[in-house]
Amino acid sequence: MNTIQTMNPQTKEELFVEILLRLADDRLILGHRLSEWAGHGPELEEDLALANTALDMIGHASALYAYAADIDGKPDEDHYAYFRDDLDFKNIALVELPKGDFAFTIARQFLFSAYSYFLYRDLIGLVDDDQFKGMLQKHFKEIKYHLRHSREWILRLGDGTETSHIKLQKAFDELWMYTGEMFAMDNLDQKAIEHSLFTDVSKCKEEWINLVSSTLEEATINVPDNNQYMYNGARKGLHTEHLGYLLAQMQFLRRSYPDAEWK
Amino acid sequence: MSTNLSTSTEWPLWEVFYQPNDGKPFEHAGSVHAPDAEMALQNARDTYTRRNEGISLWVVPTDQITASSPEDRGPFFDPANDKAYRHPQFYSVPRAVKKRK
Amino acid sequence: METQKQLDEFQIRIDNGEKIEPKDWMPERYRKQLIRIMSQHAHSEIVGMLPEGNWITRAPSLKRKMVLLAKVQDEAGHGLYLYSGTETLGVKRKDLVEDYLYGTAKYSSIFNYPTLTYADICVIGWLVDGAAIVNQTMLAKSSYGPYARANLRICKEESFHKKQGYEMLAKMASGTPDQQKMAQDAVNRWWWPTLMMFGPHDSDSPNSAELIKWGVKTKTNDELRRHFVDRTVMEAEAIGITLPDPDLRYNEETGHWDFGDIPWDEFWSVVKGDGPMNRERIKARRKAYEEGEWVRKAATEYARKKKLKEEKAS
Repeated sequence: MNTIQTMNPQTKEELFVEILLRLADDRLILGHRLSEWAGHGPELEEDLALANTALDMIGHASALYAYAADIDGKPDEDHYAYFRDDLDFKNIALVELPKGDFAFTIARQFLFSAYSYFLYRDLIGLVDDDQFKGMLQKHFKEIKYHLRHSREWILRLGDGTETSHIKLQKAFDELWMYTGEMFAMDNLDQKAIEHSLFTDVSKCKEEWINLVSSTLEEATINVPDNNQYMYNGARKGLHTEHLGYLLAQMQFLRRSYPDAEWK
Repeated sequence: MSTNLSTSTEWPLWEVFYQPNDGKPFEHAGSVHAPDAEMALQNARDTYTRRNEGISLWVVPTDQITASSPEDRGPFFDPANDKAYRHPQFYSVPRAVKKRK
Repeated sequence: METQKQLDEFQIRIDNGEKIEPKDWMPERYRKQLIRIMSQHAHSEIVGMLPEGNWITRAPSLKRKMVLLAKVQDEAGHGLYLYSGTETLGVKRKDLVEDYLYGTAKYSSIFNYPTLTYADICVIGWLVDGAAIVNQTMLAKSSYGPYARANLRICKEESFHKKQGYEMLAKMASGTPDQQKMAQDAVNRWWWPTLMMFGPHDSDSPNSAELIKWGVKTKTNDELRRHFVDRTVMEAEAIGITLPDPDLRYNEETGHWDFGDIPWDEFWSVVKGDGPMNRERIKARRKAYEEGEWVRKAATEYARKKKLKEEKAS
């Protein structure tokens, strides 16, 4: 098993794999949380919408993993999803929190989709790897829709009824301390930027804040205090306690019968 | 949670039309429930174009559609039957032109 | 009042193979029967999301996870198409939904069984969706236009549902000993409930004759069931799965497969609410419906406020 200490990519390839896994892990874990809604949505039409977003996100993760496996000499995309432990997952904590109510799900989706939107936009502009770029461009179209759908819901829940307003405000208040990780840069990011494999996300933080603030304002929701305690370290393996349970569920069958063919 | 069914909320119904391909006329797909036009469009997208069935969508509140009534079936449409001159088969084309096709 | 003349003319339209459209005249009983079977079909699609949804987070590969999620999502879509078709008969979806959640409306009993292993997911695809396709292919020719069109769309989309299940079950049936055991066990548990999906024997099915007379259905329960068994016997054999019926044998005279007695006591008991998962399924669906209320209300209120603002501005 990899541990926090050993994560020190030396070559450009190793660095690239780490970047791909960071992107993929965020999307797999959030896709997993969204998929928990299947059959339980607040209305039939929204059940379809949540499943569509979940499918997109798991699809993005799968494609990114497959590319990482190619470079990394691993058997396939499933290797990363099913055969790594908590400490090896590189997703931010925001995406692993339990699905909560619809307000929580939508608030998180909006915050994450807005982040994805700026991140992908900038990445597409700078990466020179054609396959990677093609993948990002394809996913970007879907991210735009996720942003549109979640943003519209923010407006409706925020400025809907008193109940929905309270629930949405509470969701943002709870989620805010997990937003810092989206823009936290570490050494690995810095190295990746030098190799044109990643973008300086701290630069799009302002645009993200502007979009989120203006949307929340329109939705009559208070933007939580940005100077509060911010969770950090999940990208290095310091996750919340929730990820372990999520992985236990996701991986149990595949790991129980490792010699079996499941594709 | 207790439920008061008499006050449970249902969004209005919208009819959905989609354009299968560039240049093709719109076709009726079915309906969706949605609170407003923007959500009706999104719901129509997520419901009726999951397999690339369309490139463009219309949504119309169902109660805004006026349909001809079944009793009109005769008076509305039968008169068109005897207007053969509206159909291209009504006209003959010189043999030479036909051959060249 | 319905006159004999109206009824006769209606029957002539049916016999001529004409499609009945929402605004056409129809006997009240035809309308009632359609509402009953179409909404029952819709509820089944929706409740059917639960047993399969149960394995989305545990699917054993990313590919299988996406296939399953897409399939469960399709079921939401199919439920939606069917409700949409039923609403053309002048009923509200809300009333239909509340009738199965809190009233007496039924959904297919097959979904009152639990999915215990991943092989159940494969078997649902192969057997349950296989049976549904047999039924829906017939219903795609139904005399009521909106119902026929909804089924046509469903059939187009559903062909992958059965295929993916059969494909994965075949892999399990020729896989490791553990996989083989799971596959056979799942077939053993789902076989008889699947045969019950076609409904009681024709002799015990009071609605059948009327539905056939009106072209809503074109085949009887027993005809459909026989067609399904004939097809499935060969498919089971091809992948080395044994169907759990010692009486299953080919009948040279009829050219069909004879099968053993269906446990009808179990069928009626599950229909009446006493199956292993009836209460849990309804509980889960009620929870979603009730917890969704504040969301539906919020969006409605937002739309109302927005319209008011626009009216003031203009």
